[in-house]
Amino acid sequence: MTDLSAAAPSKPPSQWAAIWRQFRSHKGAMFGLIVLSVLVLAVLIGPYFWHPEKLTVVEAIKQKNKGPALQFPLGTDQLGRDMLARMMAAGKVSLAVGFVAMIIAITFGTFIGVLAGYYKRLDGPLMRLTDMFLALPLIPLLLVMVMLFRDRVAGILGPEMGAFLLIVFAIGITSWMQAARIVRGEVLALKEREYVLAARSIGAAPRRIIIRHILPNVVSPVMVAATLGIAEAIITESVLSFLGLGFPPDFPTWGRLLYDGLSFMQIYPERVIWPGLAISLTVLSVNYIGDGLRDALDPRVRGR
Amino acid sequence: MLDASPQTLVRVDGLKMYFPIYSGILRRHTGDVKAVDGVSFDIQQGETLGLVGESGCGKSTVGRALLRLYEPTAGSVVIEGEDIATLSPEALRKKRPTMQMVFQDPQASLNPRMTLANIISEPLVEHTNWSPERRLERVYELMDAVGLNRRFANRFPHEFSGGQRQRIGIARALALNPKFIVCDEPIAALDVSIQAQVVNLLEDLQEKLGLTYLFISHDLSMVRHIADRVAVMYLGRIAELSPRDALFANPLHPYAEALLSAVNEPDPSLARRQRIILKGDVPSPARPPKGCNFCTRCPKAFARCHAEKPELQEVEPGRHVACFLYTPETGDAKAGPTGVPEANEHLQQGETK
Repeated sequence: MTDLSAAAPSKPPSQWAAIWRQFRSHKGAMFGLIVLSVLVLAVLIGPYFWHPEKLTVVEAIKQKNKGPALQFPLGTDQLGRDMLARMMAAGKVSLAVGFVAMIIAITFGTFIGVLAGYYKRLDGPLMRLTDMFLALPLIPLLLVMVMLFRDRVAGILGPEMGAFLLIVFAIGITSWMQAARIVRGEVLALKEREYVLAARSIGAAPRRIIIRHILPNVVSPVMVAATLGIAEAIITESVLSFLGLGFPPDFPTWGRLLYDGLSFMQIYPERVIWPGLAISLTVLSVNYIGDGLRDALDPRVRGR
Repeated sequence: MLDASPQTLVRVDGLKMYFPIYSGILRRHTGDVKAVDGVSFDIQQGETLGLVGESGCGKSTVGRALLRLYEPTAGSVVIEGEDIATLSPEALRKKRPTMQMVFQDPQASLNPRMTLANIISEPLVEHTNWSPERRLERVYELMDAVGLNRRFANRFPHEFSGGQRQRIGIARALALNPKFIVCDEPIAALDVSIQAQVVNLLEDLQEKLGLTYLFISHDLSMVRHIADRVAVMYLGRIAELSPRDALFANPLHPYAEALLSAVNEPDPSLARRQRIILKGDVPSPARPPKGCNFCTRCPKAFARCHAEKPELQEVEPGRHVACFLYTPETGDAKAGPTGVPEANEHLQQGETK
C-alpha cells in the first residue's frame, strides 16, 4: 500500500478498455450493437450475395404480390419486384440518411446550444432563432427547399447523390432545435458549477473550458436526442419521398416501401411489416447503443 | 490605513461588487445587491488573512472578485504591483499562475469526467508547453506534496473521500507555484477530523512554499488556528481587521464582539457564558441601512450610526475598526480605545450635543 515508487505507473493506461468493458456489460447495448451490425452488414454486403432472377415483364406481372417463398424470401411487390433486394437497397439509403442527418442536426444543435448557453450575449438571438425554426411549419419548408434547390444540386452532383445530400441537409437543418434547447439548458446549469469556475481561475480560455468541461458533461442528453433523431430522420425522409420531393419514385428507401405497401396493407400486411420492422429495429438498437454508451462514458457509472 | 511596506503582496482598495437587479416588464435596472461594498485590506507576503462573517455577508464574493472571477464594480486589487481589476484578458491570463483558489465543495470543484492526473495537470496544460511526461512527473510531485498515493493518478473524483478530494483541489491550486491562494471555505464541507488534516496540510505547504493565504471561513476556531490577522465582515463591509490574538482577546467592533462570543469553549470550567445575542435579521444587501450597516442590530448604536457610514480606521497599531465608537469627532482629540462601554458613553454624549 505504501510503497510509492514501485506502485506508481509510468503512464496512466487509456480509458478505452474500461469504457468497452462497461459497454459490454450492458446487455441492451450489446443486443443493439449486434442488431445494428446485422442490419448494416445486410444492406452493405447483402446485395453481393442475393441476386434475384431477372424477370421479363410478363413473368413479373405473374409474380406480383407474392407472399414469402423460397424464390422470394420476403415476397414481391405490386410490380413483381423482389422485396428482399428492394429492402437491402432501401436500407442503404435509409440508414445513410438517418445517420448523416442525425449527425448534422446534433452537431449544429449542440453548437448553437453551447454558444447560447455559454455566452450570455448570444443567448437571446440564438434562442429566438431556435424558436423561429420551431415555429416554422417544417414540411412546407422542406418542400420549398427541395423544390428550389433539387435541380440545381442534381445538376452538380447527379440525381441520386444530389437528392441524398439535399435531403440530408434539409432534414438536418430542420431538426436541430430540440438538441439546441436541451444543450443550452444543460450548459446554463453546468457553467455555474465550481469546476468551471476553477477552470476559469486557472486561466483556461472559454474554448478550452467548453471542450474540456462542458461538452463531456452534456453527452448524455445529446445521446438521447441523437438516437431519437435517427428515427425521425428516417421517417421524415420517407415523408418527403412520399410527397414526391425526396428520392426519385423508383428509388427504394424504407420509408417509401412503407408508403407503397400502405395501400395494400389489408391484403398483404407483410409489405408494411418488413420496412416497418427494419425502421423499428434500427431505432431500437440505436437507442440501446446510446444508452450503453452514455453509461460507459460516465466514470461514476463505470466505477470499478 | 494601508502602510506601504515592500512585502505587501495583495492590496485591495475600495473593492465593490454589485450585482444588478432588473425588475419590471422592461427589465429595467432598479437596484443592486451590494454584495461587497467598499472593502479595503492588504495581505503581507507569507501571511494568512482570515476572513470571517456569517452566511451571505460577501466573504466568498470578495475571494472571487479578488481573482476576478467576477468583474468588480469598482476598486482595485493590486497583486505584485499589477491591478487585477483592470488587466486585459490576455494579461490576466498570464497573471493567473500567481494566484489560485481552493474551493469550498471539493465534490463540485472537480470535473467528474476527468481523472485525477488530468485535473491536476490542467493548469500545466494551460500555462506551460511541457511534454506529457514532464507534466505527469509534476503531477506526481504534487500528489506527494499533498499526501495522495501516486497510484490514484488514474482514478476519478467520485472514487475519493471528501478529504482526499480537497487534497486534489489543493494540488491543482499548487500546480503552477502560485504565491497567493484564496481558500474559499476549504474545510466547510469536510468532516471535523478531516478538517484538521486539511488545515495542517495548508499550514505545512505555507511553511514549505512560502504561500500567502486569504482564508475565508465561518469557522472561528479554525480561523483562530490558522490566521495571522482576521477581518470580520458584515453585510459587504469589513467591520474589524485586527491581528488574531488581539481580536480574539478583545474584539473592538460590536459585531466582532457578538460574533466571537458565539465561539464555543471546549473546557466547561473556562466557559465564559456571556453570549451576545443579536436581535433581528441581517438586512438585505439590496437595501442596506442608511448609516452603519450594523446599526439595525447593534446594541451600542447611537444617532450618528444611523446617519453616516463609518470608515475602516486604524484605532490601535495594527487594528482597524469601522465604528464610530472608536472614531473621534472631527476636531476632537483621538479618543483612546479605553474599553467599549466608556467609549460608547463618551461618544453618545458627544453625539447628543
